[in-house]
Amino acid sequence: MKILTRIGFWLLVAAIGLFSIFPFYYAVISSFRSGADLFSVAYLPERLDPSNYVAVFERQPFGTNIVNSVVVAASVVALSLALGITAAYAFGRIRFRGRSLLLMTILAVSMFPQVAVLSGMFELIRGFGLYNTLPGLILANLMLTLPFTVWVLTTFMRELPKEIEEAAFVDGATPWIVVRRIFLPLMMPAAVTTGLLAFIVAWNEFLFALTFTLTNERRTVPPAIALMSGSTAYELPWGTIMAASVIVTLPIIALVLVFQRKIVAGLTAGAVKG
Amino acid sequence: MSGAALQASAPARETMRGGRSALTRSRVRAAWIFIAPTLIVLALIAGWPLARTIWFSFTDASLNNLGDYEFIGFENYVANFDGEWFGLLTDPDWWRSAWNTVWFTLVSVSIETVLGIVVALILNAAFPGRGLMRAIILIPWAIPTIVSAKMWNWMLHDQFGVINDMLLRLGLIAAPITWTASPDTALWTVVMVDVWKTTPFMALLILAALQMLPGDIYEAAKVDGVHPVKVFFRVTLPLIKPALIVAVIFRALDALRVFDLIYVLTANSRDTMSMSVYARQQLVDFQEVGLGSAASTLIFLIIALLVVVTLVAGQVRMSGEAR
Repeated sequence: MKILTRIGFWLLVAAIGLFSIFPFYYAVISSFRSGADLFSVAYLPERLDPSNYVAVFERQPFGTNIVNSVVVAASVVALSLALGITAAYAFGRIRFRGRSLLLMTILAVSMFPQVAVLSGMFELIRGFGLYNTLPGLILANLMLTLPFTVWVLTTFMRELPKEIEEAAFVDGATPWIVVRRIFLPLMMPAAVTTGLLAFIVAWNEFLFALTFTLTNERRTVPPAIALMSGSTAYELPWGTIMAASVIVTLPIIALVLVFQRKIVAGLTAGAVKG
Repeated sequence: MSGAALQASAPARETMRGGRSALTRSRVRAAWIFIAPTLIVLALIAGWPLARTIWFSFTDASLNNLGDYEFIGFENYVANFDGEWFGLLTDPDWWRSAWNTVWFTLVSVSIETVLGIVVALILNAAFPGRGLMRAIILIPWAIPTIVSAKMWNWMLHDQFGVINDMLLRLGLIAAPITWTASPDTALWTVVMVDVWKTTPFMALLILAALQMLPGDIYEAAKVDGVHPVKVFFRVTLPLIKPALIVAVIFRALDALRVFDLIYVLTANSRDTMSMSVYARQQLVDFQEVGLGSAASTLIFLIIALLVVVTLVAGQVRMSGEAR
């Protein structure tokens, strides 16, 4: 009976593991097969044919798309953290009238459906002359990352002991110095966590990127992959799509594996404590 | 923490500290200065576009000429010309997409909750390789939604897909299934890919709650010889219920605005179209900013209603605990 439970447990673990990684494994195998090979199903890697990886950079501006995605995601992270840490200091450490209401409002913004602001955002971005540009996408993405950055950083900020800043204030430091000299170093771990989450959100964002860009050279990776087509209308571009998918997923998987604990801490701080 | 309680306690603190009220005042001023940039940015990129979207829903604006429009009242929602009804609320496609979204939310969140609990219980047990396992289940969550949709599209391909191949080899099906195109399977396929992608998120939130449970209860149950299944339903489940409710609400709000997955997996097919896909199709493909904005506004109202109900319920629960 004990042994049966053991076996059942490990079978379940194996099933969950297999179900989790099989699609990515299959994408990797498919990305190394091309032409007529793709018309048959293979469960094991047969040979390493890099032609899809070459094609994805030669036939499309995929290198540019990757650079676009990096620029957008990095800018969104930097702006969210800069705005988020100062705001979180005020929300987490200072009592003032209307604090709870404002925090609730910001939390409510993080639950906005993207599509609810789509036409207004389109008008705004066109009005600023930012249609089909990266700054336009950066601006739009802030709506998705800034609210939860403020929220998660505030919960972290609250947990720091009270005495930290009191000594500094007695010594006559201004709030700005306190934030920069005392809280910025202390908040580094929390900033890394929220920064990672913001990066993943901006890297994966699709609806804004699809709607606010027009030309392939200005697209970020998600719409570039979604709109990828073969060299002719009849060719199946699955090999190249899988190659592109593997290229953009690898860095994210590496990030997740390295920062696993931090990401989980950030997710649970945002949801469970909130 | 309620706003009223804060306002009541602030003056009390000031009189207690006496001479430090000047410092308090300068700190409050600093607080507003620190918050101002965030508030301005959010007002510009969230508040203003939302207000404009709601305004557009009462106009006949079109995408290629956004500056030129007229106020038409509720005609985008419902209108009657010569005894015939027009508008969003009379469009069967809109109701179809609303039903699809609700169905998708109910089914996928239910499955994800049950599977999430199972995975969390497994990860909560001590076994060699637990850390590795926790990293592995994060992979589906981390893969961009577009990429997972494409991967599954390829795996579910009706002629060359690996899923059909597996099922054929195992003798479970007699002929290949057109998973994403057939009306019978399309929405279930969307649910399955969503379950694959978001169960890890649920599992991690539930796992965090499980790890905060006191161990001595389980010791006691073990000593008394209570069956583990009974322990789960009588002890574990009630204790993790608050965290579970939060996780379910978060997921449900997310599922109600689903766009990426459905758009890539099944394009603009009527069988699977969600409310967000419908709104974007009106807005961008048909250039009907007025009608699309009306759909967007309704989606916003539905989700806002849910958020308000949730926040009020949370507030009540929190103040109930404080008493």
